[in-house]
Amino acid sequence: MKAKHQRLVLVILALVAIVAAGLIATWTLRNQANYFYLPEQMAAEPPAVGQAVRLGGMVQAGSITPQPDGITVKFVVTGNEASTVPVRYSGILPDLFVEGSGVVADGSLDADGVFQATNLLAKHDENYVPRELEGLEAHQPSDYADTTIGID
Amino acid sequence: MHIYANPKRFLSLAQWLTPLLFWSGLVLSLGAIVWGIINVAPDRLMGESVRILFIHVPAAWLGMGGWAGIAISSAVLLIWKHPLASIAARAIALPGMTFTAICLATGSIWGRPTWGTWWVWDGRLTSMLVLLFLYAGYIALAQATAREGGSVKIAAIFGIVGAINIPIINRSVVWWNSLHQPPSITAGGSSIDASYLWPLLAAVIGFSLLFGGIVLMRMRALIAEQQVEARLRRRALDDDAPVAARPMAESA
Repeated sequence: MKAKHQRLVLVILALVAIVAAGLIATWTLRNQANYFYLPEQMAAEPPAVGQAVRLGGMVQAGSITPQPDGITVKFVVTGNEASTVPVRYSGILPDLFVEGSGVVADGSLDADGVFQATNLLAKHDENYVPRELEGLEAHQPSDYADTTIGID
Repeated sequence: MHIYANPKRFLSLAQWLTPLLFWSGLVLSLGAIVWGIINVAPDRLMGESVRILFIHVPAAWLGMGGWAGIAISSAVLLIWKHPLASIAARAIALPGMTFTAICLATGSIWGRPTWGTWWVWDGRLTSMLVLLFLYAGYIALAQATAREGGSVKIAAIFGIVGAINIPIINRSVVWWNSLHQPPSITAGGSSIDASYLWPLLAAVIGFSLLFGGIVLMRMRALIAEQQVEARLRRRALDDDAPVAARPMAESA
């Protein structure tokens, strides 16, 4: 075996080892490196009442209800499955906060199972569509990529 | 590839390729960005801030592509000991880091109006920041070995090990719940409207040409630097030579 081939084999072995190490590391991080809980994840492993967590999902259509004080809204967050989490938030809403869009809320669950949000972030999906084309024949919502809001 | 082990052959190729790549890349990138600012309609949700796409996406791809280039050059250096490989890897590092920084900065500016925050520690943003630090580490390591003497293999091994971050960046939005959106352009197609997609592709090609031009420029500069150093070293040796060996210089 020529020295060149020996080095080739060594580099390939090193690459395989590095890739394996990286994959194992990221695989173990799988659940710890999530930026937020989906509603179904929150239902499966409910965090303690008052524990600071993030909840992410889609704002359920028709669920946004402004409260009489003018600054508080209640809405429902849905995930990939049927489970939903009701959310209450007082503060300025992000511009992209609309029904059917993605949202990430900082806050905690209260004793009644309502998520008390302290901060809202809007999550943009992967569809880029000009404003005037929205709703036209060629741009029906069904043509958009299925918005994946998180891991299944 | 071994034809270009001779720096003269490489330099004669680089001499006409450098301005060609640089200027065509500059014209195409600027054209695509100006088109994106003037001629593209606002997005249905993001509004005007969609225009930053034409800088952010090419910069992100080239930041990652740059490290892929470093890793390939490093492998070529370690296996075939190609003399240009370490020069190529060093030449790629700085523009790669610059494009990564541009990606992070423009993403942050886009995130403020879109998400409502400048920065979050989600998988995509964090792994991209790690890439920026990897570039800084690589540049420091390669400069230290170039200046202090030492094996170029050290930086090459670092270049290969650091490459593990590239698939992690790419998959971060698929593996983990993240605030950053999933990929819009995949093997299955694109969820970007054609009126955004074409200027985006033009910007990607333009940025890539520009990147290639800058890398060739830096490779020529690094080769010239090496030649100057070699010449100075030879002259220093001549000066140190015993006086008796140079009677001509003495009498003159």
